[in-house]
Amino acid sequence: MSVDIAVIDYGMANLRSVSKAIEHVAPAASVAVTSDPAVIAAAGRVVFPGQGAAPDCMREIDARGLRQVIIDAAHSKPFLGICMGLQVLFEHSEEGDADCLGILPGTVQRFPHEAMHDEAGDKLKVPHMGWNNVHQASAHPLWAGIEEGARFYFVHSYFVQPDSPEVIAGFSHYPFPFTCAVAAGNMFAVQFHPEKSGDAGLMLLGNFVTWNPGARESACDMSGAACA
Amino acid sequence: MNWQVACSGYDVLAKRIIPCLDVTNGRVVKGTNFVELKDAGDPVEIARRYNEEGADELTFLDITASSDNRDLILHIIEAVASEVFIPLTVGGGVRVVADIQRLLNAGADKVSINTSAVNNPQLVKDASDRYGNQCIVVAIDAKRRGDHWEVFTHGGRTATGLDAIEWAKKMEAFGAGELLLTSMDRDGTKSGFDLELTRAISDAVDIPIIASGGVGTLQHLVDGVKQGRADAVLAASIFHFSEHAIEDAKRYMKRHGIEVRL
Repeated sequence: MSVDIAVIDYGMANLRSVSKAIEHVAPAASVAVTSDPAVIAAAGRVVFPGQGAAPDCMREIDARGLRQVIIDAAHSKPFLGICMGLQVLFEHSEEGDADCLGILPGTVQRFPHEAMHDEAGDKLKVPHMGWNNVHQASAHPLWAGIEEGARFYFVHSYFVQPDSPEVIAGFSHYPFPFTCAVAAGNMFAVQFHPEKSGDAGLMLLGNFVTWNPGARESACDMSGAACA
Repeated sequence: MNWQVACSGYDVLAKRIIPCLDVTNGRVVKGTNFVELKDAGDPVEIARRYNEEGADELTFLDITASSDNRDLILHIIEAVASEVFIPLTVGGGVRVVADIQRLLNAGADKVSINTSAVNNPQLVKDASDRYGNQCIVVAIDAKRRGDHWEVFTHGGRTATGLDAIEWAKKMEAFGAGELLLTSMDRDGTKSGFDLELTRAISDAVDIPIIASGGVGTLQHLVDGVKQGRADAVLAASIFHFSEHAIEDAKRYMKRHGIEVRL
């Protein structure tokens, strides 16, 4: 029997928080935390979380034979990437010089040391850790009911730089603007942790579990060269 | 794209307020110097209330002395994580990587390591490599020694001979994602953070610092951020037994020019 929502487990994340938050917003759904490609392939929706370092994540994904099923899911069903699950969608990460999944064109870079100070000249810490404002760059069903500029919980030292500005769904400042959410067809991925962002985060997860991206809006249509 | 929307304003990462719950035998307790512990209530209930009041994170410190009741903290974290969706940190009695795994599995987002980091710094490195530095907090208990500060372990009872600033830098290099800094001189005194210590450590490292020890008034929280340059402030007693304390604290900080999540 196929599950409603598969949370991909590749041994690199604290998945308990993610699955608990999803169960909270979708009490009737069957949720599986799984590393089984068949379960992921058959699931109605896929959540792709992640923590740790990019090279380790890519190694663990491949060690479990998950690369193709993740790429397929990102193109075919409601798909939510979180944190490292956003970063490895891109082509390359500066972290450990890692080649990533390449589903979206662009790169992942570290917050540059020389830029990390505020207007008063005071040092800004890395990781970027805590609650920051998220600006909605485009209207999207996953932002429904969430106030523009709402604060979400972040913890990361790297950020994504998409080649195509059209995929940018949200951005934050630290201290410069950086992309914190991308949307392409049935894919939505965020740098912050909705599962740890209180009511705003639960709202986003609730929007995801009921989201029905139109069949015509495939990831390829939205992201241009990404699926050539 | 409308980058202009945000660029015209000025977004700042919010300074965090973190209530700390000392837990033993399944209950939150309050006391000074681990004596005359007073029951402060059910951890799940208190966590729920702090979340509603706007706490940015919650820290649970397991002060259970015997190992018999260690599993109680896991049940508490499981229960809290099922209904409170903000970051949860757990510390106390973490000795090996398996302890960290158990806490994360129960629903903790970060694990705080103190004595074991001193006894075995490699634990911090191994844990950070395995689970990511975002979930490894190193707790440093420091006491003033003339012109510097010395690291203490075992709840402040054991001197280590380590210099607190050098130790903070080493723990950053070993993969700590954050430091929880407690002044043993100020802890329980309600006379405010050791601002000099907080600032010295905050300036010495690039990772966030949580200031702890000595909070007695809301102004102390402001001082910790403004003068101590703390990224987050942790307090226990001023939040227990009082109504809407966290929201009051945030409004007070906001009035004093500190960005908070309201």
